[in-house]
Amino acid sequence: MEFRTRDGVAKVLNGVSYHVAAGETLAVLGESGSGKSVTAQTIMGILDTPPGFITNGSIRFRGEDLLKKSAEERRQVRGEGIAMIFQDALSALNPVFTIGFQIEEQLKVRRGMSKADARKRAIELLDQVKIPNAKGRVTDYPHQFSGGMRQRAMIAMSLALDPELLIADEPTTALDVTVQAQIMDLLAEIQKERDMGMILITHDLGVVADVADRISVMYAGRIVEHADVYELFRAPGHPYTESLLESLPRVDLRGQELKTIKGLPPSLTNIPPGCPFNPRCPRVFDRCTTEVPAVHNLGMGRTSRCHIAEEVVARG
Amino acid sequence: MGRYVLRRLLQLIPVFLGTTFLIYALVWAIPQDPFAGKCGQRPCDPAYIAEMSQKLNLNDPLVVQYFKYLGNLVVGDFGTTFNGVSVGEQIATSWPITLKMGIIALIIEAVIGIIAGVLTGLRKSGFLDNLVLVSTLFLISLPVFVTGFVLRLYLGPQGFDIMDTSVSSDPTFGELILPGFVLGSLSMAYVARLTRTSIVENRRADYVRTAIAKGQPQSRVVGIHLLRNSLIPVITFLGTDLGSLMGGAIVTEGVFNINGIGGLIFRGIQEKEGVMVTGIVTLLVLVYLLMSLLVDLLYAVLDPRIRYE
Repeated sequence: MEFRTRDGVAKVLNGVSYHVAAGETLAVLGESGSGKSVTAQTIMGILDTPPGFITNGSIRFRGEDLLKKSAEERRQVRGEGIAMIFQDALSALNPVFTIGFQIEEQLKVRRGMSKADARKRAIELLDQVKIPNAKGRVTDYPHQFSGGMRQRAMIAMSLALDPELLIADEPTTALDVTVQAQIMDLLAEIQKERDMGMILITHDLGVVADVADRISVMYAGRIVEHADVYELFRAPGHPYTESLLESLPRVDLRGQELKTIKGLPPSLTNIPPGCPFNPRCPRVFDRCTTEVPAVHNLGMGRTSRCHIAEEVVARG
Repeated sequence: MGRYVLRRLLQLIPVFLGTTFLIYALVWAIPQDPFAGKCGQRPCDPAYIAEMSQKLNLNDPLVVQYFKYLGNLVVGDFGTTFNGVSVGEQIATSWPITLKMGIIALIIEAVIGIIAGVLTGLRKSGFLDNLVLVSTLFLISLPVFVTGFVLRLYLGPQGFDIMDTSVSSDPTFGELILPGFVLGSLSMAYVARLTRTSIVENRRADYVRTAIAKGQPQSRVVGIHLLRNSLIPVITFLGTDLGSLMGGAIVTEGVFNINGIGGLIFRGIQEKEGVMVTGIVTLLVLVYLLMSLLVDLLYAVLDPRIRYE
């Protein structure tokens, strides 16, 4: 996956691979610009071309390669097979249509439901995401909802066609902490009920720890580490993950300066040779600047793209 | 909403009174002698002056004159010209013609302008985009009378003889299409550009991405989600434009020799027919005010974020 821009070709995604099973939650963790949202939009097929071009790879859903499908077939998958919710529900919902209209639209256009049936179903869906007085609020506009309610409505909309996979792109970033927790609980509950796969894109380690089964950590358009959530928090297998965990504020270390990762993520048009994390890595050595690390298999489905992955895990 | 409409209607009253008083004052108070040149080379007969002054209330103070005039308007009496012709009747014959032409112009500018704007907005910097940008620039730079004369000449019998460009005294819709196009051409260019900018701005909006992610067909993504949001500024422009189209008809009507409001007001000014001028301008003010009220109300319908309390 690359973006062809005036400043040159940005290799936005490179060797990214992950899989999600039904009923499972995969968290994709990374800083801004690490390519986690682009991956999600590539899966959905909603990236603009140009500038985005998929040079090779495959996206397999129910055993079929989505990239080999026609535009029309891919559209059919969107909403029905894979649905997506976005970060800022206020701008992601159309401001000039009622919440009800935006949910019913899916049912009417995609399922051919009658107006009355669609309205009934929309109210049920709003009920499921725990919007109080769903019947009365179905005719409200997005701006009449609070932030948390808007995200709930967005979730209801994404569930309209009973998707098998839900991609949640930073669903709680724009919300208050208390509301964040409610939304995450709701997502976890709905997922369990429907035995739905979920890809949760986030930069928030707290959110990850709460709901994810497995984690893929992305850096500069690559997956640098992939692990079970308990394993990852117990002993990170990549220096980047290690640094991320160390930069979490901790109550028992109050008064000490918070550890941060020095430097900035690299520009994707100019990724450093060798390991892309080498300019910021606390464990850097000469091999890192020349040789791209291979995927190290650490057992139990764990992988890490670090020359000294085994050593990093052992020390954690 | 009901209270808002009422308040908005009440607001119209001072605006209406203010503008019409201004017009009345400009026509009747500033020219020194309304009878200058009215009776050929000779000064007017004092008996005639006395009679007309009585009839036009010219001996009253300006404000009293104005309210007497207004009182007559309310009961539908537009007064008569110096020659005794009823202004109301003149307006009644000319008004439908100009209104017809204005509506044709509005339809042409809305349909062509919006279609051109949407197509170019979706495919920025293609051939079509450049074509529309250049041609609209052309229309914007040319004065309406040039566009009018050129089209009339080249499309008519003396040119390529594509159509009959003459307009009869009681014109049909068909005859008014070309003049309507000329009248609306400038606004059409603006509508095209306004729509284009609006589409370009909104097509990357998050809600458009959501609609695509929902798997809605392209026609609905553009025709419903994108268009509804993008047309809000365009509708506002179109609404207020009908008022200016009526006022702007003077030139077009002159070029095509149409017996409409524009011609009437032009002759009124030339011949210093104060009654005629105030009558027509008052009517135009009324149209303008009502259209802008309509636009304001439409705004709330189009954009639910704007609710009037």
